Amino acid sequence: MIDLNLLTDGGVGWLDASGPSSHLVLSTRIRLARNLSSHVYQGRNSETEREEILQSVERAVRESVLLRRPTRYRLDRLDRIDRQLLHERHLVSKELAGLEAEGRVRSGASVLIQDRIGVMLNEEDHLRIQGLHSGFALDETYAEVDRLDTELGQRLAFAFHPEFGYLTSCPTNVGTGLRASVLIHLPGLVLTKEISKVLQGLAQVGLTHRGLYGEGSEVVGNFFQLSNQTTLGSSERELLDHLGKMVRQVMDYEEQARQVLVRDAPTVIEDKVWRAYGLLRYARSLSFEEAMNLLSGVRLGVGVGLIPDVAMYTLNKLLIYTQPAHLAVAEGISPDDADLPLRRARFVRKVLESEVGRRG
Amino acid sequence: MSCDQCREREAVVHLTQIVNEQVTTLHLCEKCAADKGVESPGSAVKTPLGTFLAAMGKGVDQLPTPRTGEACRCGATFQDFRESGRLGCSDCYRTFETPLRDLLRRLHGSTHHLGERYAERETERVPEPEVAMVPPEASHLREQLRLAVETENFELAAELRDRLRVLE
Ligand SMILES: [Zn+2]
Ligand SMILES: [Zn+2]
Repeated sequence: MIDLNLLTDGGVGWLDASGPSSHLVLSTRIRLARNLSSHVYQGRNSETEREEILQSVERAVRESVLLRRPTRYRLDRLDRIDRQLLHERHLVSKELAGLEAEGRVRSGASVLIQDRIGVMLNEEDHLRIQGLHSGFALDETYAEVDRLDTELGQRLAFAFHPEFGYLTSCPTNVGTGLRASVLIHLPGLVLTKEISKVLQGLAQVGLTHRGLYGEGSEVVGNFFQLSNQTTLGSSERELLDHLGKMVRQVMDYEEQARQVLVRDAPTVIEDKVWRAYGLLRYARSLSFEEAMNLLSGVRLGVGVGLIPDVAMYTLNKLLIYTQPAHLAVAEGISPDDADLPLRRARFVRKVLESEVGRRG
Repeated sequence: MSCDQCREREAVVHLTQIVNEQVTTLHLCEKCAADKGVESPGSAVKTPLGTFLAAMGKGVDQLPTPRTGEACRCGATFQDFRESGRLGCSDCYRTFETPLRDLLRRLHGSTHHLGERYAERETERVPEPEVAMVPPEASHLREQLRLAVETENFELAAELRDRLRVLE
């Protein structure tokens, strides 16, 4: 079993909901795709070459300031449950963790993490430099990721083309190699049925949306990851400014939608959020998806001031610890155990009982 | 991922919709999607790149093919790329430069990187060609150019300048 306590804040410092606009935005994530010019890409390289890539990056990291003392996880030497834990904490992609449908973890698959930044190795690209912040914090996250990129770039030879920029395994990432994602909670827009329009609008201005777990994942609990679609033809600054401007607009729409709900259907919305709270507080069996949807309802209730005594931190914690691998580990059972929904309901009851003041 | 409807065939269509005030994503195979009246993209859109292109309203079939079956030093051919959506190595970008430039324009609306420029490590930098490395013919041409400008023979000067540019 891996020890996630080796990580500062368990790698989920963003749970504290301390960042800007934390009532709507859970986290901001930025990654830069980089490849070493000395090696062929993942897919054509051998086990030995992937080992060489690991070692070159390890050397570079030791001389860096930002990633000098990282926590290391070699995914190829971890059990499936541990890889799942790292993925559920949003520290590694599904691809790197070998959790995709027919996926196997590839040799050399690793992640180095120090505080809020890190680097995934032997993913689709040799390096995926990444940063994760609480709340809506594009500038702060990019500043750190950019510094680490500069540090590593001075010690490693990155593949760079004078016209196309940073070269990547898939042409959809070429240029800046930058993908910035903002994980945002939009129950108001979903309830007012405005969400499709908003998502379509975002697609038209070059932004994509994904579910809670990134690429190919479904939307659960009304959480959306909004990110830039293109990586070439605009500077990093322009990409971030554009995304930032659009996210702010979506936040405005969401606030408006919530105002409309509270104004035009106050009893419906009050009933809805308290019902969600009641189910979480007293249900005896909860599937992950149901728990997510109920947590979404309570989060909305807290956001519009209807449920006063639940902290965002408590809700964020439940979001992480009710996931299959986290729950299974905490309960000492297999993630496939049929008892999981019962244990989940018990876990949620206990947390709400101890962390929420009596009122309502 | 298998189809949500028949649970047999591979899902190729992913529909995000709102049911009972919850957002759900429906994964359907081509047949079930067609039964539901959802326009199904061709089979070529299974790769991430294919999905990307399809989302932009263009098919993978529109990708230009290089004239020859030329392979990159890494062993990858353009056909490999069309199938996997992944390139083999950084040199692939030079080997398949023409079709890739076209693709990049479609994907990103541009082929020019405007972001941060990577400064290669000092030790790896190829030394700049010294003045002495310019072929003797160039210095001869330059002298002729100077004379042409002095004598206001601008037509000749333009020609000489072009020839110099080629040499340098
Ligand atoms: Zn089907
Ligand atoms: Zn190649």
